[in-house]
Amino acid sequence: MSWVSKTLNSTLGKKLLMALTGLFLILFLVVHLAGNLQLIFPDEGKSFNIYAETMATNPLIRVVSILNFGFILLHAVYAVILTRHNKKSRPIGYAVSKASENSTWSSRSMGILGTLIFIFLLVHLRGFWYELKFGEVPMVTYDGVSYKDSFAIVSAAYQNILYVIFYVVSMGVLAFHLSHGFASAFQTLGINHTKYTPFIKKLGLAFAIIVPALFALIPIVMFIQGS
Amino acid sequence: MNLTLKVWRQQNPSDKGGFKEYKLSGISADMSFLEMLDVLNEDLSEKGEDPVHFDHDCREGICGMCSLYINGQPHGPTQTTTCQLHMRSFKDGDTITIEPWRANAFPIVKDLVVDRGSFDRIIQSGGYVSVNTGGVPDANEIPIPKIIADEAFDSATCIGCGACVAACKNASAMLFVSAKVSQLALLPQGKVEKRERAEKMVAQMDEEGFGACTNTGACSAECPKEIDLSNIARMNREYFAASLSTEKS
Repeated sequence: MSWVSKTLNSTLGKKLLMALTGLFLILFLVVHLAGNLQLIFPDEGKSFNIYAETMATNPLIRVVSILNFGFILLHAVYAVILTRHNKKSRPIGYAVSKASENSTWSSRSMGILGTLIFIFLLVHLRGFWYELKFGEVPMVTYDGVSYKDSFAIVSAAYQNILYVIFYVVSMGVLAFHLSHGFASAFQTLGINHTKYTPFIKKLGLAFAIIVPALFALIPIVMFIQGS
Repeated sequence: MNLTLKVWRQQNPSDKGGFKEYKLSGISADMSFLEMLDVLNEDLSEKGEDPVHFDHDCREGICGMCSLYINGQPHGPTQTTTCQLHMRSFKDGDTITIEPWRANAFPIVKDLVVDRGSFDRIIQSGGYVSVNTGGVPDANEIPIPKIIADEAFDSATCIGCGACVAACKNASAMLFVSAKVSQLALLPQGKVEKRERAEKMVAQMDEEGFGACTNTGACSAECPKEIDLSNIARMNREYFAASLSTEKS
């Protein structure tokens, strides 16, 4: 076995992959949020449509988006591998367990939280990514240039209250996943120091609250605007 | 105090095992948990029954021999070893469930006794400092800053009881291994071999079948010696640095 695969196949190496892909996905969330907040600009979707067109055509963004899909899959596949390994490490569980005395609920539920996020992603990609890429999208013209009216697709989808609720709940799930995942990634990378770990923990908690909350705000605002 | 005990009884490693209930009366609040079990075993012996097997040795909280998963927590409700846990932590009429450490790498020998030989094999794989023969070196030859000495000492207080593995939802031994990696990596004498040590000890840990780390912090929260999670981060650093820098074998 080469030294690379030996390292990555160790329990520490697998966790390293989880941490690195996780941190990439955290960065992706920031970019995705920044772009999507344009959905609630009061310009009938003009800035969002122009932005969406740029994202779909820029070759650099295409490369990053393929990487992003790859990292999501890698994160999920390694989560399954690690969970199976961890279950094998304790074949017989305890009759009585007071885990709440020693750890947070979110830290113990990363697997189930991640699974829920994965289901959300499938619905999300089917509803928007697939629809915008392969579905019939109306066109709109700004300053003589015609664009796909991505805004119309999103805005129509968010008229369904059940869809909005699904999105808001999913963002809650994401918040719990991030509340452990953000700081945990740094610990796995070996970054733990009395000088900056308290800051990383606070930043992680703030990130876990603010980012999903802003994501959840978009469908809520668009639902209210549409009704 | 009157107590009801639900104790895991298992004849041998291949026996399926199960809980058995015992009623105890006249237990003093000043007894240690192990003394309470001694009372139970005396009762059982007098009745001609097989006493409950459990690990113990120094009964001073320093040897790391006692174990027991008591009411859902390793070493019971206080952050100490089972021998230093006292019956005043319980109330009259309580039901106490006592289970062995549960981990693939800690096979049950009998009742509450588990084989923690996997920890020994991890130490054998690299948890030492190689010493050359020759003259005795001067004790103060190598200056060590107080802060580093203290940190190394904190890591070295790990008694290898296995509560970290028992507490971890993944039965991971990261806290134990990282404490052992740290106590030596921090000091000049141990630094020389720190890269190879991290690689070998992690490889042995994986081979023994311990789980991976989810950073829940349960290990450190239950550790009777309060070994800090920063040890795990240090082990990760050492391991990744080692895999990037050691010579190809």
